[in-house]
Amino acid sequence: MRRDKPKTPERGRKGLSRRDFFRGAGVAVPTGLLASQAKAPKAAKAPAGAAPMLGPGRVPITLRINGKVEKLELEPRVTLLDAMRNYLDITGAKKVCDRGTCGTCTVIMGGDAVYACQVLAIEAQGKAITTIEGLNAGEQLHPMSQAFVNNDAQQCGYCTPGFVVACKAFLDKHPNPTREQIRRGLGGNLCRCGTYTGIERAVLEAAKAVKGGSAHA
Amino acid sequence: MPEYKWPEADKRSLIGKRHSRADGPVKSSGKAKYSSDISRPGMLHVLAVRCPYAHARVTSIDTSEAERMPGVKMVQVVVEPGKPNAETQWFLDHVALVAAETEEQAEDAVRKVKVQYERLPHLVTEYDRTAAGARARPQDAATTGDPDTAFREADVVSEGEYGARFISHCTLEPHGSVTEWKDGRLTAYLPTQALSGSVSQFASPLEVPNTNVRVICNHIGGAFGSKFGPDKWDIQAARMAKAAGRPMRYFTERNAELIVSGGRPSDFATVRIAAKKDGTIIGWQSDAWGTVGPSDRGAAPPLPYVFRKIPNIRTRYTGVGTNTGPSRAWRAPNHPQGCLLTMCALDDCAARLNMDPLQFFLKNISLVQGGRPEDYSTELLKCAEMIDWKKNWHARGDKTPGPIKRGLGLSIHTWGGLGHACQCDVKIHPDGSAEVTMGTQDLGTGTRTVMLVTLAETFGLPLNAVKLNIGDSDYPPGGASGGSTTVGGASTATRRGALDALEQLFQKVAPALGVPPDQLEAVNGKIQVKGNPAKSLAWKQACAKIGTNPIVARGACQAQAARKEKLIDADVGGAQMADVSVDIETGVVTLNKFVAAQDCGLIINLKTAESQMYGAMTMGVGYALYEERVMDQLTGRMLNNNMEFYKLAGLGDIGTIEVFMMTGKGYDERGVIGLGEPPVISPGAAISNAIANAIGVRVPHMPFTPDRVLAALEKGGVA
Repeated sequence: MRRDKPKTPERGRKGLSRRDFFRGAGVAVPTGLLASQAKAPKAAKAPAGAAPMLGPGRVPITLRINGKVEKLELEPRVTLLDAMRNYLDITGAKKVCDRGTCGTCTVIMGGDAVYACQVLAIEAQGKAITTIEGLNAGEQLHPMSQAFVNNDAQQCGYCTPGFVVACKAFLDKHPNPTREQIRRGLGGNLCRCGTYTGIERAVLEAAKAVKGGSAHA
Repeated sequence: MPEYKWPEADKRSLIGKRHSRADGPVKSSGKAKYSSDISRPGMLHVLAVRCPYAHARVTSIDTSEAERMPGVKMVQVVVEPGKPNAETQWFLDHVALVAAETEEQAEDAVRKVKVQYERLPHLVTEYDRTAAGARARPQDAATTGDPDTAFREADVVSEGEYGARFISHCTLEPHGSVTEWKDGRLTAYLPTQALSGSVSQFASPLEVPNTNVRVICNHIGGAFGSKFGPDKWDIQAARMAKAAGRPMRYFTERNAELIVSGGRPSDFATVRIAAKKDGTIIGWQSDAWGTVGPSDRGAAPPLPYVFRKIPNIRTRYTGVGTNTGPSRAWRAPNHPQGCLLTMCALDDCAARLNMDPLQFFLKNISLVQGGRPEDYSTELLKCAEMIDWKKNWHARGDKTPGPIKRGLGLSIHTWGGLGHACQCDVKIHPDGSAEVTMGTQDLGTGTRTVMLVTLAETFGLPLNAVKLNIGDSDYPPGGASGGSTTVGGASTATRRGALDALEQLFQKVAPALGVPPDQLEAVNGKIQVKGNPAKSLAWKQACAKIGTNPIVARGACQAQAARKEKLIDADVGGAQMADVSVDIETGVVTLNKFVAAQDCGLIINLKTAESQMYGAMTMGVGYALYEERVMDQLTGRMLNNNMEFYKLAGLGDIGTIEVFMMTGKGYDERGVIGLGEPPVISPGAAISNAIANAIGVRVPHMPFTPDRVLAALEKGGVA
């Protein structure tokens, strides 16, 4: 099985990833229990050298999604995916595996395709986030979305938004992809209906459309 | 009364062409709202407390601490100690539901519900029938002809064991619903394959009249047979919504989704085949078994599959009761298993006879039942051409040097696919707009597009000039989308309703054109005198004569009547061939090429029809090579209840898939036949046969994972 995953933030990136958080949370459990009744956002003390502790109560979080600034108060454990779906009604990205396997929650963060279920909302602060809705904010369909329509690269459509975003991010980095590059580079998204044949064609078509300048990219 | 039939080939402007799916843009732009995307004001999040054991009795549940947790509004115990339902029968079955303001709060509260269990003995594996003891119950036995004599008189008897392990539906959208009450009426946002039928399934247990239930499903994230009516958790959540006076959102967590919401039952069999030297099959004997889950009985796989007319047959089936989640209809229920057990046994028989399996199948093709024998032959030969069988096939065991062995395999399959009963309203408005409305659902198969193509074709309008409303149970009743019955039902009802509406329009327009209504036709955006475009009115002008109220006609599909009219038919055939490479050092199987030829009567939309083929074959690669529910007998748990170890095929795993649809004369006249299930039946068998051809030995159990391939190689073959 070939699965080249979109980047997960713990690979040498700054800030606090979901995994760092879990590691930290193990240390901070007693503090967490004591603080559980606290209403106001509260930062717990971190052992020296560890990531700063936040929560477990709600903390203010500011996200920039599709160019819009969203101010929220969320528990630090809330993922970017849950923040979008449960608190902002941005539902294009779907929650399926919830552990970085299937890619249905793919969004573009700081130029990279990421699994929104593997990013904490607090960690996504200060980064430009683009979702499927952002790609299709205009009147015309994004060329990648249009290529999915043209090549019937979707059936039930539940994996489609994540796949379209992953394909867009992939094309940004591989504007002239070979079939082999497509098969490796998009192995981190899964489709249950089996639309891969159409997706491969859609990526090749969109690569041409973007180069031809036929639509906004 | 109009004549209800499909237009002749030369009169079709839309039917049979390639059309992009109508809901493509909303899906690919992320605007499509699935049931799991619905958010209602004041909605509470519901999560389940689940039993960690395969078989246990709940002796006590203490919810008091959970109820005091922040944000918690309700804790509903659903398995009550001391009551008959206190016994849980499978891992992760739920015993209580917790509703809270946020998902995080519900998650915390679930951990605070204290449940005491008394553990009971369990059985969770069934592939070794002898270990099942009393839980293996002989269920069916049948004999036709005289198998004993046939096996005595055979020149060759081949024998083998084959099996398909249990797989999950693994729909990407989990099972669940959003339920909301207003003025005593329930609105349920339910991902369902049976929208109209779900109304009574909510109303009855909730003890409200059917009129007080509305079910909505605009889009559904995969179903494949696992999402018919509401599940017990949907009913329970609806009760909670009523009691709390707040909408409830419940969707199954992925770790539970893979075990509690159904799957395809396993089937295993030892098979013996009797044949004459010239390749004529004269006898079949099979002894099959498989899990029936918590049920008393299960459905035996159809054996022998497709080759039903083998003259002498003896079959037996034993159901094994297990403490695992129940089975559900899985795309083409029982056929993929029956197909695997049959086609692999036949392929082994051909090998025993030193015959090319293609010749062996063609020689015995008169023994098929379901589908037409001549179609199977044509389809097998078409596939052989597509995969270059003549050049690439070799006798068992690739003798070329090196660790990569290549092989070809084939299989054939059948399915019914007769259109279901359903009704729609077709409306023509005075301004010329037109629409069809039905309480049906589009699973992603392309139902919307098929109905729109049918309506536009009948009215002689372009596709973008007609509208469609589905996904709401307040509309005229649609049928359940199961058994590949929707395309026939929905297209027939739309066609009939549209023809009736058109007849009413002709009556309004006839005086202006000076001919009787039966002399009119709707073509190219006009109502015209038949064959005379000069004597015509533009569609819009014609509709202006309707008056103030729209024309409304009810269209219906009644399966048997529609079959007589040749609007629909049943029983298709299809063939598939796989070209695989097997690395005999690692056991890894790779698809090189996978081809199919399939008939399904008259095709309304060629583009979405081909997508059903690509999709089913991709799914087939997944279940042939990767998918399996792995149960641990020691703990009773499923070991791979997540998507990194319950593996679906990825984009790089499927090789090159090519499909050929049998259309035109000889096929179109049959009318419309369903296509959703047929192409998902053969992949396991075709791939298994290709592996056997490559490595020279049968890998008995599917999925054909590296460990199983290596284990088979230990016993023989090319290694």
